[in-house]
Amino acid sequence: GVATSCGCSVQITRSRRNTLFSGIHTCCTFAWTHVNYEIKGDVAVIRISDPNSKVNTLSLQMQKEMTEVMDEVMGNSAIKSVVLISSKPGCFIAGADINMIQACKSTEEVTRLSQEGQKIFEKIEKSPKPIVAAINGSCLGGGLEFAIACQYRVATKSKKTALGTPEVMLGLLPGAGGTQRLPKMIGLPNAFDMMLTGRNIRADKAKKMGLVHQLVDTLGPGLKSPEERTIEYLEEVAIDCARGIVNKKLALTKEMNMMQKIQDHVMSYSFVQNRIYSTVEKKVLKQTKGLYPAPMKIIECVKAGMEQGPDAGYLAESQNFGKLAMTPESKALVGLYHGQVACKKNRFGVPEKEVKTLAILGAGLIGAGIAQVTVEKSINTILKDITEEALNQGQHQVYKGLNDKTKKKSITSFERDSILSNLTGQLDYSGFEKADMVIEAVFEDLAIKHKVLKEVEAVIPPNCVFASNTAALAIKDIAAASKRPEKVVGMHYFSPVDKMQLLEIITTDKTSKDTTASAVALGLKQGKVVIVVGDGPGFYTTRCLAPMLAEAVRVLQEGVDPKKLDSLTTGFGFPVGAATLADELGIDVAAHMAENLGKAFGSRFGGGNLELLKTMVAKGFKGRKSGKGFYIYQSEPKPKDINPELKEIVESYKMMPNPAVSSDSDVQYRLISRFVNEAVLCLQEGILTNPVEGDIGAVFGLGFPPFLGGPFRFVDNFGADKLVEKMKTFEEVFGNQFTPCQLLLDHAKDPSRKFHN
Amino acid sequence: MEVDRLLGSGKLGKPFWGGNTCAEFKVQLLWLPFSSSKSKKTLSKTGVKNIVLVDGVRTPFLQSGTTYADLMPHDLARTALQGLLNRTGIPKDAVDYIIYGTVIQEVKTSNVAREAALGAGFSDRIPAHTVTMACISSNQAMTTAVGMIAAGQCDAVVAGGVEFMSDVPIRHSRKMRKTMLSLNKAKTLGARLALLGSIRPAHLAPELPAVAEFSTEETMGHSADRLAAAFGVSRREQDEYALRSHSLAKRAQDEGLLSDVVGFKVPGKDIVSKDNGIRPSSMEQMAKLKPAFVKPHGTVTAANSSYLTDGASAVLIMSEEKALALGYKPKAYLRDFVYVSQDPKDQLLLGPSYATPKVLERSGLKLADIDVFEFHEAFAGQILSNLKAMDSDWFAKTYMGRTSKVGSPPLDKFNLWGGSLSLGHPFGATGCRLVTTVAHRLKKEGGQYGLVAACAAGGQGHAMVIEAYPQ
Repeated sequence: GVATSCGCSVQITRSRRNTLFSGIHTCCTFAWTHVNYEIKGDVAVIRISDPNSKVNTLSLQMQKEMTEVMDEVMGNSAIKSVVLISSKPGCFIAGADINMIQACKSTEEVTRLSQEGQKIFEKIEKSPKPIVAAINGSCLGGGLEFAIACQYRVATKSKKTALGTPEVMLGLLPGAGGTQRLPKMIGLPNAFDMMLTGRNIRADKAKKMGLVHQLVDTLGPGLKSPEERTIEYLEEVAIDCARGIVNKKLALTKEMNMMQKIQDHVMSYSFVQNRIYSTVEKKVLKQTKGLYPAPMKIIECVKAGMEQGPDAGYLAESQNFGKLAMTPESKALVGLYHGQVACKKNRFGVPEKEVKTLAILGAGLIGAGIAQVTVEKSINTILKDITEEALNQGQHQVYKGLNDKTKKKSITSFERDSILSNLTGQLDYSGFEKADMVIEAVFEDLAIKHKVLKEVEAVIPPNCVFASNTAALAIKDIAAASKRPEKVVGMHYFSPVDKMQLLEIITTDKTSKDTTASAVALGLKQGKVVIVVGDGPGFYTTRCLAPMLAEAVRVLQEGVDPKKLDSLTTGFGFPVGAATLADELGIDVAAHMAENLGKAFGSRFGGGNLELLKTMVAKGFKGRKSGKGFYIYQSEPKPKDINPELKEIVESYKMMPNPAVSSDSDVQYRLISRFVNEAVLCLQEGILTNPVEGDIGAVFGLGFPPFLGGPFRFVDNFGADKLVEKMKTFEEVFGNQFTPCQLLLDHAKDPSRKFHN
Repeated sequence: MEVDRLLGSGKLGKPFWGGNTCAEFKVQLLWLPFSSSKSKKTLSKTGVKNIVLVDGVRTPFLQSGTTYADLMPHDLARTALQGLLNRTGIPKDAVDYIIYGTVIQEVKTSNVAREAALGAGFSDRIPAHTVTMACISSNQAMTTAVGMIAAGQCDAVVAGGVEFMSDVPIRHSRKMRKTMLSLNKAKTLGARLALLGSIRPAHLAPELPAVAEFSTEETMGHSADRLAAAFGVSRREQDEYALRSHSLAKRAQDEGLLSDVVGFKVPGKDIVSKDNGIRPSSMEQMAKLKPAFVKPHGTVTAANSSYLTDGASAVLIMSEEKALALGYKPKAYLRDFVYVSQDPKDQLLLGPSYATPKVLERSGLKLADIDVFEFHEAFAGQILSNLKAMDSDWFAKTYMGRTSKVGSPPLDKFNLWGGSLSLGHPFGATGCRLVTTVAHRLKKEGGQYGLVAACAAGGQGHAMVIEAYPQ
């Protein structure tokens, strides 16, 4: 589709921007690559497709061509209405081009970008010819803002159709009119929900919310492929709608029932609105601890528009957009976004054999979790345990995980059953001869791991990969018992597996590239963000966590109670406090991990007294799973209480805090600096291949504060020199646990050295 | 060769249309036109028993909620069975087995075949069972009969189908049922009162029989609309096809071609002798209707869909030997048949497209060999989509794993006496109507081979080849 135009404006040739619908036309031919249009009777169908990408983004080129096409369409009196559609299956417009924003050097530059976007969409909104947005696939960010500027929206019911404003997840706000149009279109509560959570809205929900006017079914096989024909059908319906609007057969106002009318009326009172603002603000502050600037700015923009009118609203939007784009928080979040994209690719290539049958040993929490995310992808999955009781529990966990999705209506009960049919629970090794990969998730004990490895190798085919799910045992030690160490790899899943996005894959010197490729491919299929790290005690994630937890124990010994410890860590931006995290992990697991790593790394991993944890375990305080840990867990305790028996234990291991390094901020930096230093050391030692995977692993696996972007981004932004300085103060008091590693020192010496460009 | 032999014989030595008796003329009509061009002279196979359709009847098909409204399903089935007895005069004990197809079961008569057989006066020594396979239930009844005869277990089987949509089982909610069942087991008054006290208004909401596909939760009309859209079948095409169906049915009814219909004296009401859903309308009238399933832009309407119908049908199937021994002149041979199934979501109603090439291949025939097509018309959009699918090389290659298309049946051979859209569609009974109609049309039109095809809920389908019985 290259269209030949006879109406590009003069301004286009001079400047690439500020050209929308300018009246001055001169004759020239112009080849469009991203946008073209076809006239069907009195309707112009504008089709967008970025030739260089799987998705459409509102890049400069796209904007430029769109402007030119719109100019031409508006100038053609034979055209009465317009349909805007993407010719890419599965994507309308996925958003603005992030690189375009990242390329900007100043607040003002970004603000200008926002204002240009606002102008384009204002023209769309005020277009005398009705424009119907025909949406199939992702309609996000700038794409959604484009769509809601149109007069009418038709969307397919495809599972891929998703409408949303994910800007907040990048530390930004909808900067092309979104903060102004959304509240008017769907009401304050829904608009805040969308913009503050950034979550995707599915087509049926979008219709209910009033975000789209009409839905179109997806089609099955016909005389063309389902995808192709569905887009055609969407276009046909959209054309009918466009004509209907011109002929006044189709009303543009949404039909409202009595409840909605009452709701709208109530919302029109300013005191009701103010109440909403203050409720939302409170909620945001509670959730973000004030660490994320974007949500508050979004509320500010909405408020400005509602209270002072559109001019003030749009101005606030563009200025705040500019400000936010320059914040370190936004840069960190954008960095994470890129990192996540990178970790969704298999840099080890396509494995020789796709995993069609996966066997999992151990039906515990992790084993069953792996089973769930695997059967969901229609992979035959064998779940094996040694007792019927454990197996029963594991199978129930998979059922429950899927049934919860049925309850939430994301899958039907039939789909649930059909997915479950991929699962076979058993106590023996039958069927293992067909397995392409075995993942063991048995107890963390080298002897047991060796035993199952030998048992498994006796029954599996030669090309079958053996993966060990372990949090701390070295893979080479496990592989020592193998006849074919090149087929042994580590796959460290995080609990709960169906919720946690990270998968840490561990390779030994002997692991073959194809084995790694196979493990990564399976992880990606399971929907995981995958990092691949080298073998060593604790690999990457556990190794970073251990010193932080050791420090947390010391902090407790110094008399800080678990609630205070939690608030210090969440106050720094961790989603879960250190004490709660230990309870969730299991105190026994934490103790086991600390002991193992302590042996491997020596006094650097010291700090808190390991005996404290061991005493807790001895008393049965193993964390949430045992009902008691640092906290006590009853059936449904809203505010959980500190375990009253903890005090006595802590008392017996009491330490005197040194006031010089015990302020709240000091405690936070003691915790974080040990984490970060260990991460940097992992890179220095080659456990990590690159800082990107380090950041992704820390954020997605351990909850490292996302707005800091991960330990490496944190060092870049905070300054390695400042961090080293802090660590040296701590080092004086506590010794080698705070000795900065060489790579960190190198960065401190040379401020131009950064982990990320 | 057959023609040459016939022409060469003294009987047919002269030009066949000159001076022949009426009977001779009929023979020529039957044999001459197709023998010259057919891929196969007959589908008879050595070593395989010939199985014949002796005759078939049905009650008038009525829109549900009309004259049959106060009956029960077995009453309709009973009437069809009695009609078959009267029509064929078969001795009641000459039948070895009775099989009925039905979809929505009346819980009191879940084996409706047995209840109807007893009521119709068949010997109580004749076993009977009921099968269900959505809209191809009575096809399944017939092919089960064919199987029993082919296996040598039976010589004469009555197969039929019945559907009664005027009354369907509406259940209490699951919660209420649970409470009521517990009530049976409650031993003390206190326990019973406690159970009764636990009943909440929500318990009282009734549960209607599902109109949606269980696996996909999509109603059939909705799926038909999507199918029509997928194949680009317009509203106008669908309305035109529906109008054709009604017009052809009307003509067939007026010309007395629907001879399988047997009159029914409904207790307390008048004698019913005609289908009552045949209503040729006009394109203008039909265009006024709003889409029934996909709103507002859908194309399937009440006028281009089959409607809820009450009715029953029955056929007498025998081995050829047995039929001849009993002195019958059979109407047709029941030859090869296939069942197919595919994706119940996006290809729910494409059964005929899959079944047709498969059954033709099995019998060694080409589409051009078929003289009479009778396809079940669930929706006009469904029929037209199937015709387009069968005419598409791309579809044949991409979805059916075939090298090329089978071709679209010519409309001048297709459903010429109306179809389910106009005559009505009692789910369980339609299959027998299709087969009997093929036999009657073959005779009337002088064809040799006929093809029945139908789609069914669950994404299943069926096709059968029928060969005219030589006159």
